[in-house]
Amino acid sequence: MPKRTDIKKILLIGSGPIMIGQAAEFDFSGSQACRSLKEEGLKVVLVNSNPATIMTDPEMADAVYIEPLDVKAVEMIIEKERPDGIIAGIGGQTGLNITSELAEHGILEKYNVELLGTPLEAIRNTEDRELFKRTMERIGEKVPRSKAISSLKEAEELIDELGLPLIIRPAYTLGGAGGGIAHSREELLEITERGLRRSRIGQVLIEESVLGWKEFEYEVMRDANDTCIVICNMENLDPMGVHTGESIVVTPSQTLNDEEHQMLRTAAIKIIRAFGIEGGCNIQFAFRDGDYRVVEVNPRVSRSSALASKATGYPIARVTAKIAIGMALDEILNDVTRRTPASFEPTIDYIVTKIPRWPFDKFVNADKTLTTAMKSTGEVMAIGRTIEESLLKAVRSLDINMDLGSDEWSPSEVKMLLKTPTSERLFVIYHALCNGFSVEEVSELTGIDIFFMRKIWNIIDMEDKVRKAGFSGSVPDNMLRDAKRMGLTDARIAELTGKTREQINDQRRAAGITSTYKMVDTCAAEFAAETPYYYSCYEQMCEADPSDRKKILILGSGPIRIGQGIEFDYCTVHAVAAIREAGIEAHIINNNPETVSTDYDTSDKLFFEPLTLEDVMNVIEKENPDGVLVQFGGQTSVNLALPLEKELRRRSDLKTVILGTSPSDIDVAEDREKFNVMMSKLGINQPDAGYATSQEQAIEIATRIGFPVLVRPSYVLGGRAMEIVYDRADLERYMREAVKVSPEHPILIDDFLEGAVEIDVDAACDGRDVLIGAIMEHIEEAGVHSGDSACVIPPQSLSEEVLDTVRDYTRKIALALNVKGLVNIQMAKKGDTVYVLEANPRSSRTIPFVSKAVGLPLAKIAARVIMGESLAGMGYASTNEPKVKHVSVKEVLLPFDKLPGADPILGPEMKSTGEVMGVDSDFGRAFFKAQLSADNLLPLTGKVFLSVRDEDREKLVDVARKLVDSGIRLLGTKGTADYLAEHGIEMDIVKKVHDGSPNVIDMMRRYEVALVINTPEDKKAREDSSKIRRAAVDFKVPYITTIQAALAASNAIVSMKKGEVTVKSINEYHREMINS
Amino acid sequence: MNAVLGLEDGTIIKGTGFGAEGIVSGELVFTTQYTGYEEALTDPSYKGQILMFTYPLIGNYGVSGNCFESDGVKAEGLVVREACPGPSHHLSKRTIFQMMEDAGKPGIAGVDTRMLTIKTREHGTMRAALINGSDDGEEAVRLAREQPGISDIDLISRVTCPKPFRLESPYRDPKNPVNVVLMDFGRKLSIERSLLARGIDVTVVPATASTELIGSFEPGLLFLSNGPGDPLQATRGIEAVKNFAGELPIVGICLGHQIISLALGAETYKLKFGHRGANQPVKDFESGIVHITSQNHGFAVDADSFEEAEVKVTQINANDKTVEGIAHKNLDIFSVQYHPDAHPGPLDSEKTFFDRVRRLAGGRK
Repeated sequence: MPKRTDIKKILLIGSGPIMIGQAAEFDFSGSQACRSLKEEGLKVVLVNSNPATIMTDPEMADAVYIEPLDVKAVEMIIEKERPDGIIAGIGGQTGLNITSELAEHGILEKYNVELLGTPLEAIRNTEDRELFKRTMERIGEKVPRSKAISSLKEAEELIDELGLPLIIRPAYTLGGAGGGIAHSREELLEITERGLRRSRIGQVLIEESVLGWKEFEYEVMRDANDTCIVICNMENLDPMGVHTGESIVVTPSQTLNDEEHQMLRTAAIKIIRAFGIEGGCNIQFAFRDGDYRVVEVNPRVSRSSALASKATGYPIARVTAKIAIGMALDEILNDVTRRTPASFEPTIDYIVTKIPRWPFDKFVNADKTLTTAMKSTGEVMAIGRTIEESLLKAVRSLDINMDLGSDEWSPSEVKMLLKTPTSERLFVIYHALCNGFSVEEVSELTGIDIFFMRKIWNIIDMEDKVRKAGFSGSVPDNMLRDAKRMGLTDARIAELTGKTREQINDQRRAAGITSTYKMVDTCAAEFAAETPYYYSCYEQMCEADPSDRKKILILGSGPIRIGQGIEFDYCTVHAVAAIREAGIEAHIINNNPETVSTDYDTSDKLFFEPLTLEDVMNVIEKENPDGVLVQFGGQTSVNLALPLEKELRRRSDLKTVILGTSPSDIDVAEDREKFNVMMSKLGINQPDAGYATSQEQAIEIATRIGFPVLVRPSYVLGGRAMEIVYDRADLERYMREAVKVSPEHPILIDDFLEGAVEIDVDAACDGRDVLIGAIMEHIEEAGVHSGDSACVIPPQSLSEEVLDTVRDYTRKIALALNVKGLVNIQMAKKGDTVYVLEANPRSSRTIPFVSKAVGLPLAKIAARVIMGESLAGMGYASTNEPKVKHVSVKEVLLPFDKLPGADPILGPEMKSTGEVMGVDSDFGRAFFKAQLSADNLLPLTGKVFLSVRDEDREKLVDVARKLVDSGIRLLGTKGTADYLAEHGIEMDIVKKVHDGSPNVIDMMRRYEVALVINTPEDKKAREDSSKIRRAAVDFKVPYITTIQAALAASNAIVSMKKGEVTVKSINEYHREMINS
Repeated sequence: MNAVLGLEDGTIIKGTGFGAEGIVSGELVFTTQYTGYEEALTDPSYKGQILMFTYPLIGNYGVSGNCFESDGVKAEGLVVREACPGPSHHLSKRTIFQMMEDAGKPGIAGVDTRMLTIKTREHGTMRAALINGSDDGEEAVRLAREQPGISDIDLISRVTCPKPFRLESPYRDPKNPVNVVLMDFGRKLSIERSLLARGIDVTVVPATASTELIGSFEPGLLFLSNGPGDPLQATRGIEAVKNFAGELPIVGICLGHQIISLALGAETYKLKFGHRGANQPVKDFESGIVHITSQNHGFAVDADSFEEAEVKVTQINANDKTVEGIAHKNLDIFSVQYHPDAHPGPLDSEKTFFDRVRRLAGGRK
């Protein structure tokens, strides 16, 4: 069936902010879909609230709306744009949910918008667990016994019928959110209650447990002609009971024979046909000894489909978009071979391993057990010719440990940890196998197939051989080759043999053992492929075939984690685009399968590799690029700057240089002492600070500065292990529990600027001029990590004098650091003084927000500067930041709802996973939109619960008055009510939580509270308020935990009472700026 | 143990030997399927060929012996990147090493199979020799060059059954028995399994069977099996099709399809490197659907050589547009180049194909 001619304009729904269960994969699939549709001559309108995406770049679609993914806002966009069709299956669960609601509210019908691709009925039949079960029964496919319920009573009744443990799966949720495994009646009720709240339709499925069965996934595509193909299948190492997003996954499946594989493949095709899905779809099976159950069907592109795309080279989202507009699979070209059609099944000649990246380094108190609900923030993928190689490359890509050997556990702990899946599982297995556990035992305890245990054992065995050879002098070349083929790094071999990494590296290169690069080509070399997508291995033939053009290598940012999110992928992609536009060949190294940067047509060459010194050097050795860019990939790539420079100097045979800000200048910014010296030379204020290498010194410094102080280890990412300590005892606790201080690991002690306003600046510098992109004012005050604070462009409360100081400092620092490219500077204003907190001569997480708010492609400009252009030459000579009339607010998304047990408060440790942007004509509306997009709907009616710490009481009066004036009822405990009564404000009184029922938690449970404003007390009095905040998260009640955000929210509510929000594409906003 | 593979273009690949010691020669062909090594190695169509898997890990789930496509390993030798010494599967009885050793066939591991695949793709299928127990590459190359080309070898006689025999279907309808003669050019057992599963009794006859012999079984349909080598070698098959055309429904798979085409006046030719794998897309003109199929063939039928008035091409390969299926316009004759019998590979077209065979064999259209 050829492309439809009656569809001219399409609305694409994005997936919103990055959160646990939904990472960058929908930016990748969304931007692929946009390009795919535009390629067919269609007009594309896009809605997404996430500014940090490539898909929301103004040039990605004809109109890009950074607006809330909310039925009302989307309806306004539909009314304005009048699209002919809408595609639901590209924006993940969010896209599906919004589209379902638009249809249910009759909006699609009203504006005559056709749902393209997978029909609504299919979405309903897969998402509604009862309908799903019925469809499966109709076609004779077995599902675990289960019942969809909508009350706790029904849940309880199922215990006898289905037996414990039971699996709870809420309908229409993301990443298994709100679900879990219940081993007892209490757990069942607790999880069911949570699940019912989370489900869009108040329904959960209670399912018999198939715990311990193996889990396989099939990625299937179907077109309107009924042609069905399987893109790939995947085997989860972890058995059922661990969400696939939490499991280590390999592709293709390793332990199924052909009969079994075909049985599941046939079932997968039968299922996609039964639902009538048009496009991509993911099907999960539980499998045991030849028997299987259908566990889940996702009628859309997903995290798994992103993985499948990257694992095979087959562009699932691109093809899904074309299917949606009526094309058949055999009418779509396989973009990789460019000579065969898309109607084939990819086959691969390597092994792909995916490992999730968890945030438990940030949430030390959260439960690390892996279960049916996701907790990971991102993932890495690695490709190898053996399982061992693929696995070890994946481990290195995690950017946490170079090798498997890490922590020490006692034997009893090991046994327990083998039985209970946690984020440390792989390391525990390695540890166990090294310490006398047999492969059989470990397989038995973990439930992971012995096949994989033997592979890990092979690594241990190889390490043993190398170690022994090291004892007797040196490792023979043939053993070295075997070790490299198994994925061992030079550094690991050096460590095992008591040599240096350089010695091993020299030995192997002298012996001709260098990495070779093979292509990912969808067809195992059956056809010649055109796409330059490579992975390394140690084989005979290398296919990289370097050109003699000028070329630049860009280092990516690895897995999405808290503190290093999709923003850095955004910057990487922009840098690549600028380089290609300049006619220079651009190469990327990255290992995150969800991202746009690892799409095969983003760069001239993609190397899907770990980001370590050795892996990067191997690529440099092969390609000999003219330069390497380290400043776009965030801290991961910046950390490689110095080691790379050192190694490049050692290797006099390579011409490659590090481009942009020099590694020694980067070091000045990163090293606190050097930075302090520079600041005092420039005459710029910094908070009083000190540098302690011992406990005694730390106490001495803190006492000199005066408590409270901010303490942290010297090299940090996203404020890791950073705390505000209020007194001496607190500092001692910190050094005892959080960070051990020593001469090798000093800690930094800063004066904590209580009550200061934080300011962020993003700028580009060419060594002569400085272009300020934007000055951002934070909503939350100093003390909340800048990555967790909401911020606004333009600043709302800063005087022109303060802004001038900020501009002046920015220019001075950028020039003093000899910045070539980007720099992000954080400042704080207390009283009339502006302090500089830190400067990062690299891309920052606010670059995409700034670019979208003010219409300046900062990352591209920076890349052009690095390639030698001047800012003046580009027309960006030193002027102040662009003036904007509209107001843009960035708000963050916090993962507390996905992490049971974590206290939802903000602090100096970064905790957010993603961000949203609200744009409108005034601050109030922009803030309201940002809150709405961050799933924190501010109420315009109803009751607001107020409870603040003593310091915030004064400011609370203003908040309360604004709320009351807007017609909102207030609720609070007696203390708060008495205080507000003194100021003439009335409120309803409720009991304190520990005084028994009915209290505010009971009211939240009964949906009687529309918003909770609760600012945390100091540590001792925190428990009561922590219960309230946690309840807000669990019962999905909007909540605010800082007084500044409460003020902003009350302003937003006042604004909203005056009139509705407007919708406007960022293309329009940017045009208005140029015109004015 | 040392092993070496030599190709006719002088390429020498050294690796680790496994399976039986010794020397074998044949065409080096590659297949792109991940699973189904048991089925592939025992597929008689691989007679005269050294089989290489593009997927690097072979033997992961061991060898069960439940899914052999003949009485034993038929490929001459096996080339892999890595063979698995520690398989894991509840049905596994031995390793792939033992399977090859028991079959008296050599294998070579540790090979850059992707490099060899690219060589084959660019050069076309090459003659090769595999020596397990030596690293004498020059000797391997000499042996590779010394052997005749595949079209000059009578491979069918090495894999066909010696004499006719009858298989009674456990699902047969005694009141209305259906009998098919399966002409065996190196048949895969899955073909007869698919027939028997539909209540069809199968009489298997050798590739040398005469028209009289076939006629004496009074079949409802003549089925031509797959098999190795050049279809021009199957003279008795061509003769049988010519004789029974119009009298009996005639159906063929793979080599059987090529034989039918030859008998209908078409020509066959050797593909540069063949189609082998479980992911070949076949477009069916009637339904418009593309089916994913299992394939194993080095020869193909020339689409332009048919008598247009008599034969139509019903299916083509979506990748290279080669003929995948034909049907006679007036007579009950049809055949496919791919394997609807699967094993290994997708079952997408098993039902449609064999249900149609059942209907035709039972005298219904």
